Amino acid sequence: MKEIILSFFILGGSFFIFIAALGILRLPDLYTRMHASAKASSLGVGLFAIAAGIHFSQFWVLVESLLIIIFIFLTAPISTHMIARAGYLLNINLWEKNVSDELENRYDLENSILHSSSNPRKRD
Amino acid sequence: MNFSASILVNLSISVSLFLLVASLILVLIRFLRGPDIPDRIIAFDLLAIIMMGIIILYSIKVDIYIYLDVAIIMALIAFLGTVAYAKYLEKGI
Repeated sequence: MKEIILSFFILGGSFFIFIAALGILRLPDLYTRMHASAKASSLGVGLFAIAAGIHFSQFWVLVESLLIIIFIFLTAPISTHMIARAGYLLNINLWEKNVSDELENRYDLENSILHSSSNPRKRD
Repeated sequence: MNFSASILVNLSISVSLFLLVASLILVLIRFLRGPDIPDRIIAFDLLAIIMMGIIILYSIKVDIYIYLDVAIIMALIAFLGTVAYAKYLEKGI
């Protein structure tokens, strides 16, 4: 029974990581590629860590796999957000079939400050 | 190699390693081809995460749990590298 659960977690994790790799190769845009890679790959590595914790089934290995999961789930959104912000400030092109750009005219590109209205008032 | 894992787990680990190496090649294509620098950075980040998955699978296969530490350190270094690159792109050094 333990082997069936273990191989289920391992195959699921590698499936999600493969989906992430396909997305980063096939999607048309920086932001959609980032959407594919960050979420699916963190889910896949989380499933691998659960599989390692089930396989070794000792207390400290369980703590360590939990540490891997917490670390991945904390750091993947931060790094993705920082790269997306840097890419938007560098004027990376959006996809040409893109429908809406919520941040249009809201970023002060010189000082890199995000305003909440599209016509920022001058502060004196 | 240790034979404590059963045949089913060994087979699924082999299939998973094949899938992970295939996805490593796909991400490497994006890393070489990517039109801008942020594309290359996210490809590099995903390469590190896939390497981390390979290390975790290897530690299950050879039944040594010390190798999980290597995975944690790899995630740490990849995160620091990504943040450093993003800061550099945004403001310069």
